[in-house]
Amino acid sequence: MSESQKVIEIEVLRYLPESDAAPHSEIYKVPFSDDMSVLQGAQYIKDNLDGSLTFRWSCRMAICGSCGMMINGIPKLSCETFLRDYYPNRISIEALANFPIEKDLVTDLSGFIEKLEAIQPYIIPKEPRTLEQGEYLQTPEQFNAYIQFTSCINCTLCYAACPQVGLNPDFIGPAAIALAHRYNMDSRDGGTAQRMELLASEDGVYNCSAVGYCSEVCPKHVDPGNAVNINKIEAAKDYFLRFLSPKGGSK
Amino acid sequence: MSKRKPYVRSMDGWWKKNPYYVEYMIHEGTALFVAAYAITLLVGLVRLGQGEAAWNGWLEALKSPLSLVCHVAFLVAIAYHAFTWFKLFPLTMPPIMVGGKRLEPGVVVGSGWTAAIVAALALLGLVWRIAA
Repeated sequence: MSESQKVIEIEVLRYLPESDAAPHSEIYKVPFSDDMSVLQGAQYIKDNLDGSLTFRWSCRMAICGSCGMMINGIPKLSCETFLRDYYPNRISIEALANFPIEKDLVTDLSGFIEKLEAIQPYIIPKEPRTLEQGEYLQTPEQFNAYIQFTSCINCTLCYAACPQVGLNPDFIGPAAIALAHRYNMDSRDGGTAQRMELLASEDGVYNCSAVGYCSEVCPKHVDPGNAVNINKIEAAKDYFLRFLSPKGGSK
Repeated sequence: MSKRKPYVRSMDGWWKKNPYYVEYMIHEGTALFVAAYAITLLVGLVRLGQGEAAWNGWLEALKSPLSLVCHVAFLVAIAYHAFTWFKLFPLTMPPIMVGGKRLEPGVVVGSGWTAAIVAALALLGLVWRIAA
């Protein structure tokens, strides 16, 4: 380590479920170079200062969506956030907001996984096709209608950005609704009516008050807020148009 | 036995924790001024129904210094509310496709403003002509 080595203070919100009643802060002094991410800062702490520090990570290149955390109060992927941008100030990291803390920077994602399952994130074919009938064809226009919403990496930054998720943990939330929208917009899919029942429910799109911060923090430009708001219109259309053209079976 | 004990953080004062939320609360808060102005106009309508004396009383009340101060506050708050409302267009509206391409957010917001300003000027012109 050279004498000119820069050292940044990282304040971590620690929570050890076996011994702590509530989270507490600990400050670590981390030597860093200009190419080091916040994730690497956390790894330095774990390797050299305190092996009990717990956090999730995998790909280190903003693809896997595991390393999200609140960095100075803003939900970010720690692998693509650099320590140099905060130096010489202290940087604070905390588990993603609006989720229960499992340990340190690890959140309890079980609620999110349930929501993902609930929206049936797979193609429910409009009409079954046999192998002999060949593949489904799709025009570039049909493809463009949903491609943006396929970019989600389930990093849950949008949930950490959404105060309505914090206020009502049952709200299906931005990423799961964006994924539902992705399948609803797919020309091969015929499952919209099933998904709309959930999107229009009490846990659905109308929990959203158009804060818009979810789309702001999304590292993949999915614009989940737009998906949620488009489906407010769709849910309203479903409600009113049924008087004109009853489809039956609505609950 | 499970050692799990997930900790749920409090939401108290959530809107003060991020400038983005503070701005959100301000633009939602200005809706109260929109409501206050609407109520002012509705009171005028009720007074009109009560006869000429009541109507003139309402007109006089509008000229009071307190009323003028309130109306300046209404104007500022409603202008800000409109500004942030238009800004949300790209978030809240379905994508508008023109020639196979999605319209840029700036164009969507700009079109909203243009339509609003044209409508406001047309209304002003109409009222001006009726008054003249």
